Order: sequence, then structure tokens, then C-alpha cells
Amino acid sequence: MNVADTSFMLISVTFVMLMTPALALFYGGLSRARNMLATSMYSYASLGAITVLWALAGYTLSFGGDLNGLIGDFSYLGLANVSGGVHANAPTIPHTVFMAFQCMFAVLTVALISGSYAGRIRFSAMLLFSCLWLFVCYCPMAHWVWGGGWLAKLGALDFAGGAVVHMASAAAALAAAMALGPRKKIGSFAPNNLPLTLLGGGILWFGWFGFNAGSALTSGNLAGHALLTTHLATASGILGWMCIEWKKTGKPTTLGVISGALAGLVAITPGAGFIPLWASMLTGFLGGLICYLGVLLKNRLGYDDALDVVGIHGVGGTWGALATGLFASSAVNGVDGLFFGNSWQFVVQAISVVATWAYVYVMSRLLFWGISCIMPLRVSPDAEHVGLDLSEHNERAYSL
Amino acid sequence: MKKLQIIVRPGMLDAVREALQGLGILGLNYTEIHGYGRQMGHTEVYRGNVMQVDFLPKLSCEVVLDDEKLESAITAICDATRTGHVGDGKIFVTEVLDAIRIRTGERGKAAL
Repeated sequence: MNVADTSFMLISVTFVMLMTPALALFYGGLSRARNMLATSMYSYASLGAITVLWALAGYTLSFGGDLNGLIGDFSYLGLANVSGGVHANAPTIPHTVFMAFQCMFAVLTVALISGSYAGRIRFSAMLLFSCLWLFVCYCPMAHWVWGGGWLAKLGALDFAGGAVVHMASAAAALAAAMALGPRKKIGSFAPNNLPLTLLGGGILWFGWFGFNAGSALTSGNLAGHALLTTHLATASGILGWMCIEWKKTGKPTTLGVISGALAGLVAITPGAGFIPLWASMLTGFLGGLICYLGVLLKNRLGYDDALDVVGIHGVGGTWGALATGLFASSAVNGVDGLFFGNSWQFVVQAISVVATWAYVYVMSRLLFWGISCIMPLRVSPDAEHVGLDLSEHNERAYSL
Repeated sequence: MKKLQIIVRPGMLDAVREALQGLGILGLNYTEIHGYGRQMGHTEVYRGNVMQVDFLPKLSCEVVLDDEKLESAITAICDATRTGHVGDGKIFVTEVLDAIRIRTGERGKAAL
């Protein structure tokens, strides 16, 4: 046990916790006024439901002893053997802190999906999907990448969750958009409160330092490196998005700036502790450019991903995973990528991308299909017109 | 007596008020409205997606005044709110049959 590591990780846990309320602001501000609270509700429901399910069984399925590279065993079922000891992944901090850190990741990942189905899903269907998705998709993914599963054994690099958090949530988001169909066109889809989105995005950036630097699980050089790559990539992401937006639409926008920041954050997440500092700026800048094009994909392909989970987390996460395979350097964290002579690492990263998208998309579609057999997924057209705040929750965000 | 419905840009409220007060015309109310005229709406861009906004925010001010002050009021309002660009707004003039001050019961011009 190391006191410095423990202090740092305690703080990181609280940083990452704040990201989910920040996401509620970020998504809430982007929604229409009539769906503001319902959209925020998804994040807080995740904090409630996923925390408890994670404690009961999610944690042990992800980080319990490895069963055939696929899933964890029941050694920590109901948090048995967690208090007092340490976990092998993080031998210098209390097991409770490691568990809590991973808990915040699970909560955030489930909440991220909500940007896709916002504005039309029934709350009960959303809650059931989220609970099942944790066990069917998140726990296997976390185990495969971080819990000693087959992707870890293959050598896939995912420092803080490019596959487990961002690609997985985006694949689920794509499945949700396909399963639910588009929102009804009622007036304009313009955001109701961009200042809240900017505040939420700013707090996400802040929380991401805990997310990425904390993923070092120690407080030394690696955490510092991850913190700096995160900040550099985010700043570069802003510039990337601003450049292409300014060129294409004639004006830079605040939503573009915060979207570019998020694109940079997502893109650096898998490589934060593996790629050199200079490469983080390139990864972030290109992340901003690519995600701008990514959010326009939905117009081409015709799915209604309401708040661009696929465009930012899916496209940015995929780019980040591949960029890690390109730029990883053994001088940083012991593994080389394509640019440092190890092309196999790029292949491994590509395998992890395909496996994540395919597994999570298929399983999420199956979950939605199963749920649709026992309850409607969407609210009625009337309820959608009135807005989900009133029809699903009996309250409204603004009484002006 | 005439009633003016003055539709102007959102930032022009003080200009209208000062123009009318300068002529000694007291009593004015306004409503925030959304509408379109000949210029139609405008476009907004969110994450690269261009959205057509059909109704623009405007202010609609109402004032009732004596017939003799009509032309000078119209001139003053136009001078105060004109930018020369599309979207400056319009003034509609209608006849008013009577006016009553509730407190005193005065009628007609005396009630203005």
C-alpha cells in the first residue's frame, strides 16, 4: 500500500464521479426544452442503478478471476473480499478505491449511451436496457480489456477506455438509434441551452484528468504523462474542429469548440498513457477534424443519433484506438506502435476495434429486440409532442 | 384616435420608446413575438448541421395616439429604428373607436 497513490486515486475517483452529472448538463443543454429533465435523468438514473448493480455483481464479472478469457468469476460477488485487501491490477491502493474507480467508469459509460435515444425512449425501457447492458456488454468488455480477458492477452492497448467506454457506448448508441427510429420532427431540433452544454463540457474536461491520469492507478510519472497528453489533445481537438467548421460553414461556434474538446478527450483516452506528448497533439487535432465529419455521418446514413454519441464517441474512440497502435512508444510505457517499428500493434488495435463494435452492436440490438417483446420502446406520439419531461416524469425544467 | 402596431427588431425597444416620449406620446406596451416577413427566416448551424429557423424574434409595440400626432409619430419611429437592412419591421395603423381611463371614467382623447 502506498499513501501517495492512495490519495491520488481517492481524488481521481471523485473527479470521475463528477463526469456523470456533467454529462447530464452537456446532454440536457443539447436537448429540446421539453426533454431537458428527461435527458438529465438518464445520467442520474445510471448513477443510482449502475452503482448498485456494479457492487452486487458487475464488479466481480469484470474484475474477478478470469474464466477462459471471457468473463470474471464470482470471487467478489456482493463485494465479498473487497474490503481490506488489494486488487492485483492496482497493488498499491486499497481494493475499495480500485472498485470505486471502476464503478464510476461503468456509470459514465451507461450514461453516455443516452445521447442517442434521448427524446423518445420510454423511461422504463431505458432503465431495463441500461441494467441488462451493464452485464451483457460492459462487464465482458471491461474484463476482456482490463480484467485479464482475451483482448488483454492479445496485447490490445486501451489506457482509459477507448474501447470499453467510448466505442462500446457508441455501438450501443447506434443500436438504440436503429431500434427506436428517428425522433418526430416537431419544430426545430436546435439545442435549448448551450451555456449549460458548455459548462457540462468544461466539467467533463476537468473530470477527464481523473479518468485518464487516474487510469495509471499510481501517482507517478505515468499519471503525469497521461494528464498532460489529455490536456494537449483536448486543446488540439478544439483547434481541429474550429478549423474545419470555420472553413465549411463560415463561422466557428461555441458548440463546435466544446464538441472539438470532447473529440480530443475521446481520441486521447486509449493512448493517454502510451503515446508521446507530441503525438497527443496530433491525435487530438485529427480527432477534432474526424469527429466533425463523424457527426455528419448520420445525415448520410439516416439514423437519428440525437446528440451525436456515434459521431463523437464512436468515431473518436475508433480513431484513438488506431492512433494508439500508430504512435505508442516503448519510451512511454513499454510498447511500440507502427511508427516505432511494431506494425503488429496496429493490427491488434484494429482487431479490438472490430471486436468491440461487432460484439456490442449485436448484443445491444438483441437486448432492444428482447425488451420490445415485453414493452414498447418508444413513448406515444402525443407524449413525444408534449415532451418527455411532462409525459414521463410529470415535471418541467423551465417555468418562466 | 389611431392604434399603431409597431413590429421592430428586438433591440429597438428603447428607440421606439424614446421617439414616442420625445413627441409627448405616453403609454406603450410591447410583446416579444416570433414571425417572418418577406426575408423569411434564417439558418443556424449546430455541429455542422444547418438548421432552417422559420420564425425570427421581433418586438411588437402597441400605442394609441391622437390623430394629429400620427404622421409625426410614424416619422419619428421610422427614423429611430431604420437600419436600412432587410428585417427592420413594419407599422400597422388601425382606427380606435373610443378609450376609457378606468380610474376617472374619462373618455376619448382625454383618456390617452
